[in-house]
Amino acid sequence: MHLIVQATIGGILIGGVYALLASGQAMIFGVTRTVNFAQAIFAILSAYLSYTLFSDFGVDPFLSVLVLVPTMFAFGSAIYIVFLRRLTRSGAELALLVLYAMAIGIQGTLDYFYKTNTRVISPGYTNHSWTVGGYQISEVRLFAFLLAVVVLGSLHAIRQHTKLGRALRATAQNPTAAQLLGVNVERVSAIAMGLGVATAGAAGAVFGMVVPFNGNSQYDLLSKLLSISVLGGMASMPGTIVAAVILGVVESVVAAKISPDWSAFSFLVVLFAVLTVRPQGLFGRRLRGAL
Amino acid sequence: MTWLGRESRTRPGGALQAFAFLGALAVLPVVMGRHWQVNLLVFTLMYAGLASAWNLVGGYAGYAALGHGAFFGIGAYAMAIGTTHLGVGTGYRPFLLVLPIAVGTALAVVPIARLLLRTRAATFAVLSITVMFMVQTFAYNIRSLTHGSQGIAVPVPPFPFTTFERPFYYAMAILLALTVAVCWAVRSSQLGLALNAVRDDEDRARGLGVQTELVKLIAFSLSAGLTAAFGAVWAYYISYVFPGFAIDPLLSLGAILMAFLGGRHTLWGPVVGAALIVPAQQYFAYRYGASHLYLIAYAALFLIVIYLLPDGILPSTTQRLNRLRTRSRARTTPDLLPMEALNPRGESE
Amino acid sequence: MSALLAVEGLTKTFGGIVALDQCSFEIAPGSLAALIGPNGSGKTTAFNVITGYQPADAGRLSFGGRVVRRPDPCRLQRLGMARTFQQARVFPGLSVLENVVLAHHQPWHALLRRRVSVTDRRRAEDLLGEFGLAAHSHVPAGMLSYGQRKLLEFASVLMGEPTLILLDEPTAGVNPVMVDTIEHHIRRCHGEGVSFLIVEHEMSFVMRLCDPVIVLDRGRPIACGAPQEVQNDRSVLDAYLGD
Repeated sequence: MHLIVQATIGGILIGGVYALLASGQAMIFGVTRTVNFAQAIFAILSAYLSYTLFSDFGVDPFLSVLVLVPTMFAFGSAIYIVFLRRLTRSGAELALLVLYAMAIGIQGTLDYFYKTNTRVISPGYTNHSWTVGGYQISEVRLFAFLLAVVVLGSLHAIRQHTKLGRALRATAQNPTAAQLLGVNVERVSAIAMGLGVATAGAAGAVFGMVVPFNGNSQYDLLSKLLSISVLGGMASMPGTIVAAVILGVVESVVAAKISPDWSAFSFLVVLFAVLTVRPQGLFGRRLRGAL
Repeated sequence: MTWLGRESRTRPGGALQAFAFLGALAVLPVVMGRHWQVNLLVFTLMYAGLASAWNLVGGYAGYAALGHGAFFGIGAYAMAIGTTHLGVGTGYRPFLLVLPIAVGTALAVVPIARLLLRTRAATFAVLSITVMFMVQTFAYNIRSLTHGSQGIAVPVPPFPFTTFERPFYYAMAILLALTVAVCWAVRSSQLGLALNAVRDDEDRARGLGVQTELVKLIAFSLSAGLTAAFGAVWAYYISYVFPGFAIDPLLSLGAILMAFLGGRHTLWGPVVGAALIVPAQQYFAYRYGASHLYLIAYAALFLIVIYLLPDGILPSTTQRLNRLRTRSRARTTPDLLPMEALNPRGESE
Repeated sequence: MSALLAVEGLTKTFGGIVALDQCSFEIAPGSLAALIGPNGSGKTTAFNVITGYQPADAGRLSFGGRVVRRPDPCRLQRLGMARTFQQARVFPGLSVLENVVLAHHQPWHALLRRRVSVTDRRRAEDLLGEFGLAAHSHVPAGMLSYGQRKLLEFASVLMGEPTLILLDEPTAGVNPVMVDTIEHHIRRCHGEGVSFLIVEHEMSFVMRLCDPVIVLDRGRPIACGAPQEVQNDRSVLDAYLGD
């Protein structure tokens, strides 16, 4: 029992980071109807940048988030403007393939500069932890979780309480109507893409402290992200967050009780079990028979 | 008979094309007999077949399947396990396994395909690749069967050194011919018509009494079975199966790239695409290893194809040819509908 | 005589919005009925639920004298119910002829037969001839004008030999000449024994063509009867003009 609670705590904390990454992806999907197959490699890219900032300039990974978030925002928007703008509405699948190809290209570039050996960002406090009621809480994971909460909170605030947020929601609901009401859909889409990739920027920096990574880790991360998206219902932010935390917990409990080998797989089992009952995911709108 | 894809009109050249294709397949390894050349041909045919098989789902039905690497891997592992654990032997006998593997995979994917095909568009794409990750996890973790990350070594067959690649070449050639024949049969049957309707507007097709679930399932199952057959021959040829290698995300992406380059929705497009890309791919792999530059080149090529040749080579060229042809025809029959000039779709007569 | 189509207590909500509220009505065999109502009164939702595109939250549907549980577009078509869409929907990548041939429902093993069989082709060509589309039969349907697409959609629906056709705004977005053509085809098919249920905004079209006229308001029928009766109905005027 102790083991399960301990694993659940760890799972919730890491689930926060997954939630951060996946909600960026959900935001991109909601506004542009494109699945960002490059979200994982963006996180890895950001982890590498954070690694460089830490090892060459001594910048704390949590501080580097302040630089990485705007950088990745710009990067994401630029990709939308240069590559996706003319694809998204006509062929969401084409845009998906473009992002997938881009992910592979970015992996190649990262492998070129950083080589393929796995790395981990380890500032002095990596192994610190607190003991609360007999349970260990890792300092890094807790901070990572808090960072995720802060970023998700600000994202939520932007969506709910600003003019931009209104435009984002309107475009997600009905781009044509939004356009008619004077929303600049292209600009809003570029911003949504930027925001989505920016969450990968924030998540990647701390991800690199929790998990050893290299360019090839993108597939592992991607498979988790995609599963979370489908389970949560693609465009649903709350659904995505719930699914991410479920993934974190399932993964970490299975790793503790059964074997780490099967941790990723166990989540896929949950995913397919849910899909047999609800093809639209936990929170998604019904896709089948949609007109 | 639509031979050159949907833009072309029926010409009696159909059978001729088939013979020319088979003839070329038969003599190629004799003409290009060096080891590296035949090796290159083996991979070209394999990818041509994989791309054609993918086209059944991705092109004809318009479902962006990204996880065909899973079925390739299943085929490869089935071959490896068959030759090592089951003691099928060596020489030509393992080739006898290919057909059962293909049929077995085609049937085995039905339950999962039914689940996948309940979703559409992006969700389908995502789930299909998830299946691949799932199969990869199996390959890594069911060690008693797959030897995990060590991989399985398949016994090297005792073929004479000078023509070592030939049996594999001909196996691939037969599979490719079979795949193209299946694609052709699908296109020219009502199944193909129903699949195209699903691609254009699935909901309306349902309302017109098209059994969409069934036709999608048939296409998916055929596609998976054929993909597994190529995986099986590949495993015997490479004589080593390893999870990260046999179940490779890049494999599906490569097949998709070739189908796009040649022309999705067309019969020969994937073959043309493979003939153009595989040599380049092998050259890159040879020159730079399967490393970073290889990945970058791949991505760059993909972007070039999607942005500069979104319709693929075949449709673009046939379009141009048709325009020329109708221009000369219009001179003799001026009362021809202007619409006729804009590529009538091929009809089987 | 029992009704061809009967809906009882059909209810459908989207989030908090009630699109259909205990909606019940019947269509007698051989009728040329219209379903009208102000915007947002649930007409299209009624179509989608009846044809099985959207599941109802509650209610019962019977067609041809038998109760249809869990309506599904494919099965309903095979029972003889067909529909068109508000925005004329055709298969843009298929030829005009193939668009029509496709709608001829077949047993599963027919999937192995030729893409376009000789008999199907002949029937489809006849239909296209009646609709004046024969000259375009090899053109991809995506290249037709909007009005031509409406005709093609109509023609392809007929290929399945339906007993009831649901037309969703057949005159929307087409020119007056085309409206006359469509009216002509509706009358012709009706004369051949096909029943119709038509959603339409164009009142003069409804009034000269349809009987009975069913008026929906806020998801339930408020009037049903001959055009003149409905026109003079107090509650109908209220619904259209606002309370």
